[in-house]
Amino acid sequence: MNNLVVLPLIIPIMVGVILVFLRPYIRLQRVISLLTMIGVSGLSIYMLNVIQTDGIIRLDFGGWKPPFGILFVGDSFAVLLVLTASIVTAVCLIYAFSSIGEKHEKMFFYPFVLFLIAGVNGSFLTGDLFNLFVCFELMLLASYALVTLGGEKVQLRESIKYVVINVLASWFFLVALAYLYGTLGTLNMAHISERVAEAGQDPLLTTISIVFLLVFSLKAGLLLFFWLPGSYSVPPTAVAALFGALLTKVGIYALFRMFTLIFYHEPSITHQLIGIMAGVTIILGCMGALAYKDVRLIVSYNVVIAVGFILIGLAIATPTAIEGSIYYIIHDMIAKALLFLLAGAMIKMTGVTKFDQMSGLIRNSPIFGWMFFIVTCSLAGIPPLSGFVGKILVGQSAIEAGSYVLLALAFFSSIVVLYSLLRIFLNAIFGETIISKEDEVPLKKGLLIPVVLLGFGTISLGLGAEALADYVSNAAYTLTNPAVYIEAVLGGDE
Amino acid sequence: METLIILLIGILVTVATYLILSRNIIRVILGTAVFSHAVHLLILTMGDLKRGSVPLLKEAEAPYTDALPQALILTAIVISFAVTAFILVLAFRAYQEAGSDDLHELRGTNDE
Repeated sequence: MNNLVVLPLIIPIMVGVILVFLRPYIRLQRVISLLTMIGVSGLSIYMLNVIQTDGIIRLDFGGWKPPFGILFVGDSFAVLLVLTASIVTAVCLIYAFSSIGEKHEKMFFYPFVLFLIAGVNGSFLTGDLFNLFVCFELMLLASYALVTLGGEKVQLRESIKYVVINVLASWFFLVALAYLYGTLGTLNMAHISERVAEAGQDPLLTTISIVFLLVFSLKAGLLLFFWLPGSYSVPPTAVAALFGALLTKVGIYALFRMFTLIFYHEPSITHQLIGIMAGVTIILGCMGALAYKDVRLIVSYNVVIAVGFILIGLAIATPTAIEGSIYYIIHDMIAKALLFLLAGAMIKMTGVTKFDQMSGLIRNSPIFGWMFFIVTCSLAGIPPLSGFVGKILVGQSAIEAGSYVLLALAFFSSIVVLYSLLRIFLNAIFGETIISKEDEVPLKKGLLIPVVLLGFGTISLGLGAEALADYVSNAAYTLTNPAVYIEAVLGGDE
Repeated sequence: METLIILLIGILVTVATYLILSRNIIRVILGTAVFSHAVHLLILTMGDLKRGSVPLLKEAEAPYTDALPQALILTAIVISFAVTAFILVLAFRAYQEAGSDDLHELRGTNDE
């Protein structure tokens, strides 16, 4: 029964390995990889319901009881993210079918996507800090391969920076792990949390927590996002969408886990620092989003702004704020994937990357144009779309906590997001049609279907937020009460 | 003994930092490799250097040495090996495509 919790990691890896041997059969690879992702999504919905009725599920590998063995822990927060990640991956795969090209597909595109999602899911579910490092590396190695796939000059150039900065971040991760192990003598997250609570979070532990903050900020693009826009704007669209939707969210997940479960004793230092970093991230992200005319760069800077917004919730760290952040992470994974896919489709239709060279795309494809409008509204947080719930909860809690600066920045960022995307909308989608009827390249169905699916996703997430409410409040409850998590991991036997 | 190892780690980190700040991509890669050696030693030192007997229950007398750092390092070595291999190939391909191994020339601020 508990074996369920490891399946989102195991299934993609096993299928990925099998797909390596099916290299010439592209059609078969497509079907199998899509079915796998749909299967994992279904599985995570089932797991969510199991958690609602029976509480947190865990699996001790090899029967080694915690804190001695490695274990996987499925709580609502982790499984909600696994679910969203799997759905987004499935949709991006559909987009890839008709856009990525046979050359990429033959070079093991599908296995790499599956390895990537295995690493992402593993990072969400693991209950052991060193195992988190391993899952991160699994995800990163797959992403290195995906970002360079195709081997164009610009890709190779940007990916060197991406790889080197991530190697350095992983190095800091190991340093932080070494110090933590030296101080506390354990790597099980629940056990660490218990020991930190017993001994009190002394300055040494706070310093270690700041090293962890540095590591995960590099991965999440919190303040240290200088590598992000370059490397997210060069790979093929389907890959960029996966990166924009998933990779930074894994860093954000790790930040939430570390600073709600383990290092929550000194909020005046750590959470204050996160708040400042989030604020500066928002300001810099906004400047980036307004400075460029390249659609892909604008979209990449929008990822940065969202990271800042989500971490405002963590900086405030009241149950309402955490709940708002969880809603916003889920919304952002869907909306950012949609935004990247739309930007890719725009470039595909026009052949240029700057929005002032495009015009009147709504005549060429009305559905496409309206989808862009929906995602703009959704990211700006206009009700009833999905961004609204998260924004209002984070805003509410910021007022309650009296963090007016963060509140002002959060809503200022919404306006900038709206402006930066409306600029694209007015220039590229409205206006005179510059592509004549003869030259018009009709948008393939295969590109429109995933866009519409995600658009439908963001609408239904907004209207049906009620349906998620139970799961999200359970997730926020577990995050704000570390005792629940510790009890589930260390307390008693099954 | 611990002090000696910590000093050694410090030297390794200094060397690696120097290498990683240079413009030549091969030096940067070597720098990351030296970094990884430094952190492996750090993990080993953090788990206390050899203090007891082999951690085999019933075979040896207590106290036992902590075996976990070795397991962690082994995993970390495998990962850093794979990553280093990957970056070397990547650097070679980038050199072939861009015709340069100088990071200054690979900056790529061609537009705006």
